[in-house]
Amino acid sequence: MSIAESPQQEQIIVREVVEPPVSTRRRVTTGSLLVVAGLLAVLAFGVGADKGSAVFGLNAASDTPFDVTVPAGLTAGLLGLVVVALGVYQLVRGFPRRQTRWVVAGALVSLVVAFLCWAASAGSTVQITGLLQQSILSAVPLVLGALGGILCERSGVINVAIEGQMLSGAFAGALFASVAHNLGVGVLAAVLAGGLVGALLAVFAIRYLVNQVILGVVINLLALGLTGFIYDALMQPHADQYNSPGVFSAVPIPLLGDIPVVGPVLFQANVLVYATYVLVVVVNVALFRTRWGLRTRAVGEHPKAADTVGIKVLRIRFVDTVLGGCVAGFAGAYLTLGAVGAFGKNMTSGRGFIALAAVIFGRWSPNGAVGAALLFGFADALQTGLTIIQAPVQIPSNFLAMAPYLATLFVVAGLGGRVRAPAADGEPYVK
Amino acid sequence: MTQAPVDEAAQPAPSSPAPGAPRRRRTALNTALVTALALLSALVVGAVLIAIGDEKTRGALGYFFAYPWDAFSFGWHAVSAAYVALFQGAIVDPSTLSSGDLGRILAPISETLLDATPLICAGLSVGLAFRAGLFNIGGQGQIIIAAIFAGYVGFAVHLPIVLHVVVATIAGVVGGALWGGLAGWLKARTGAHEVISTIMLNYIAYFLLLYLLSVPGFQAPPYGQAISNNVHATARLPHLLGSGLRLHFGFVLALLAAAGTWWLLNRSTLGFRLRAVGANSAAARTAGMPVESSYTVVMLLSGALAGLAGISQILGTNPAITGDIDAGFGFDAITVALLGRANPWGIVLAGILFGGLHAGGLQMQASTGTPVDLVVVVQAMIVLFIAAPQLVRSVFRLRPEQAVGQNLAKGWNG
Repeated sequence: MSIAESPQQEQIIVREVVEPPVSTRRRVTTGSLLVVAGLLAVLAFGVGADKGSAVFGLNAASDTPFDVTVPAGLTAGLLGLVVVALGVYQLVRGFPRRQTRWVVAGALVSLVVAFLCWAASAGSTVQITGLLQQSILSAVPLVLGALGGILCERSGVINVAIEGQMLSGAFAGALFASVAHNLGVGVLAAVLAGGLVGALLAVFAIRYLVNQVILGVVINLLALGLTGFIYDALMQPHADQYNSPGVFSAVPIPLLGDIPVVGPVLFQANVLVYATYVLVVVVNVALFRTRWGLRTRAVGEHPKAADTVGIKVLRIRFVDTVLGGCVAGFAGAYLTLGAVGAFGKNMTSGRGFIALAAVIFGRWSPNGAVGAALLFGFADALQTGLTIIQAPVQIPSNFLAMAPYLATLFVVAGLGGRVRAPAADGEPYVK
Repeated sequence: MTQAPVDEAAQPAPSSPAPGAPRRRRTALNTALVTALALLSALVVGAVLIAIGDEKTRGALGYFFAYPWDAFSFGWHAVSAAYVALFQGAIVDPSTLSSGDLGRILAPISETLLDATPLICAGLSVGLAFRAGLFNIGGQGQIIIAAIFAGYVGFAVHLPIVLHVVVATIAGVVGGALWGGLAGWLKARTGAHEVISTIMLNYIAYFLLLYLLSVPGFQAPPYGQAISNNVHATARLPHLLGSGLRLHFGFVLALLAAAGTWWLLNRSTLGFRLRAVGANSAAARTAGMPVESSYTVVMLLSGALAGLAGISQILGTNPAITGDIDAGFGFDAITVALLGRANPWGIVLAGILFGGLHAGGLQMQASTGTPVDLVVVVQAMIVLFIAAPQLVRSVFRLRPEQAVGQNLAKGWNG
C-alpha cells in the first residue's frame, strides 16, 4: 500500500480474503462422522425399512389432502448415500470453512428425511405439515427466550435467568389477563414482569457485581418459589377468578395463509407467533444495523474501549438486560396466553435452559439461535409425533427428548468448530 | 468463571503469621453478621408473602385505610402461626415434650437431618468445585446417575448383608463421579464450559432415567407406573435413631464426606493444587501445575460427592427410584454451598439450616396451609443477600468492606 507515484495513476488494491485452512484433524473428524452417520442411515433406514412405500401427508387438516408417496427403503438408502458422499468429499478434498455448516445442515436434513421414510414404511402416514406446524409452535417460546438471552449476553451480562423471566412472564400474563379480562393487558403484564426480573438481574450483576451465573440460578429459584407460592395460595383456590385468562385465537393471514404447505405451517397462527416473526427481524436489524446495536456489541466485546469513546457502558448493559428480560417475559406470555390458557406450577419446565442452549448453539447470533430453536422445536414435535406413528421398531421417545441436549453438548465440545462468546460476557465492568 | 464468591478470609488458616489474625477475626465476625442479617431479611420477606397469601389478611387489606389494625393483626396471626409451625416441624414440638415419648420428641430433628443429608453431600460437591474455580450445576444429573447405579446394584444383585450396602454405595459413588468427571474431562479436553455441559448432562441423565423406568427388569412389575424395583433390605443404609425415625446412616456418611473434603482442601497437596487453580489458573500453570487435569480430577471428586447424595436418596430415604429421585437437591445444593461459603463445615451448617427449612416447611403447609414454596423463596432470598454482601451492608449501614473474591466473575470464555 505504497503512496502512488503519479496522481493520474489510480492504484487498485485487491485485498484477497485469506481464509485460514480448515485443520486436518477437524476435516477428518467431520468427514468420518458424516460417513459413519450416512452408512448407519443406509443400513438402518434403507435396508432396515419394511418393504412398502412411505406416505407423507403434506397439508393441514382443513385443506384437501395431498399425499406424497415414495418407495421407503430406496429413498432412505439414497439419502444415506448422499450423506456418505458428502463425508467422503470432506475427507478427500475438504469443503471450505464457510460451506461446512451448510454441508452439515444438508446432511442433517437428509438423515431426518431418511429417518421419516423408515418410520413411515410400516404403513402409517407421516403428517409433514402437522409435524412442521407443531415444530413452529414448540419453537416459538424457545426463539423468544433465546432472543432475550442474546440481548443480555451481547451487552456482556450472562443470562442464565431466562427460565425465571419466562416463568414470571407466564405467571403475570395469566394473572393479569384473568383479572382484567383482557389478553392485551396480560401480555403487557408478562413483558413487564420479565423486565422486572431482568432488572433484578441487572442491579445485582451490574451494581453489586455478583457472579452472574450464580445469580441466574438463584433468580430462577426465586421465580419458581414466588410463582409457586402465589399459585398455591391464590390462583389455584380461585382459578375461575385468577387463572382463566383465555387464549389468543388463530388469525390466518389472508393471502399467505393459503399457500399450500407454508401457509398452514407459518401463517395460520395467533398474534403472538406473528409478533415473534417481527421480533426476530427487529432484533436482527437493531443489533447489526443501528447505533444502539453497535454500542451494545462494543460494550459486550470490549467495555473499556467503548467507555473510552464515551459510551455509557453500565447504562447500555442495564437497558439491554431489562430488554432481554422483557422479551423472555413475552415468551412466558406465549406459554400461558398463546398456547395453554392457564398458568401451572413450573410450567416452563426447563424451556429457559433450552433457550440458553439455543443461544450458545446459535453462537450468540439471532439467526443462529432461531435455527437452533427450530431444530429443538422439531425434535420436540417429532417426539410427540412418533408416539402415533407405527415405526418398524418402536423408538423410545425419551431418546428423542434427549436429542437437543446431546446436540448442544457436542456443539459446546467443539464438534462444529470452537464457539466463542462475546469477549466481555459475564465480566462486570468497573471503571 | 474461575472464582466463585468464596470468602477466603473466612477460612481458618493456622499456619499463617499472627499479624493477620485480628483482621481475620473481624472479617469472620462480619461474615457471620451478614449471614444472620441475610437470614433475618429473608424471613421478613417471607412474612410479607405469608400475610399476602392469607385469605383473612387479604380481605382486611380491602378496608386498610378505614381500619388498618385488622390487616396487621390478621397478618401477624398468619405469620406467627406459620413460623411457629415451621419451628415445630424443624426442631421440636413443645407439646410432645410432656409425653416423654422419645420417638415423637426427636421426630422433627430426624426429619431435618434427613433432609440435610443430601443437601450437605451435594453442597460439598458444589463447594469443592467452587474452590477449584468450577461451577457444578450438574448435581441433579450426578444424583440421578448415582441413584441408577446404586439402585440397580441394590435390587438386581443378591449379596450378604454388609457387603451389599457397601458395594451399592461404591457403585453409586462411581456413577456420580463418572457423570461429573465427564463434564470435567470435556472442559479439560475441549474447553466446553462446565455450566452448559452440566446443565445438558442433567437433562440427558433425566431422560435416561425416564427411559430406564420404562424397561422391564428395571421397572417394577406390573409395569404400569414409572417406578423401579424396590431396593433389597440388605442394601439399605441402617437407621440411626431406631426404626421409627427415618434418619439413616447417610447422615454419618455426609459428615465423613465433609471431614474428608476439609482434609483434602486444607491438608493435602492435591487440595492445594485445586485451590491454586481456582484462585488463579494462569499462575498455577506458570508454577507447573497441570491445570487441565485438575479440572477432570475436581469434577470426578465433585461428582462422587453428589453421588453420595444420590445414595442417601435411594439406599436411605426412598425405597425405589422414581422420576424425581433427585428431589431438586442438585439445585438447592448451590444455595447450600453459597451460604456455607464453600467451606466444608460451613456447608454442613448451611445444609442443616436448609434441611430444617424443608422439614419445617412441610409441617407448615400441613398445619397452616401456607404453601411449602415459601421455603424456596426464603432460601433464594438468603443466598441473594449473601451473594451481594454490599447490599446487606448498605441496607443495615454496616462498615463497607472489600469482599474477597467477589469481583472475579468470568464469562463463558473463561
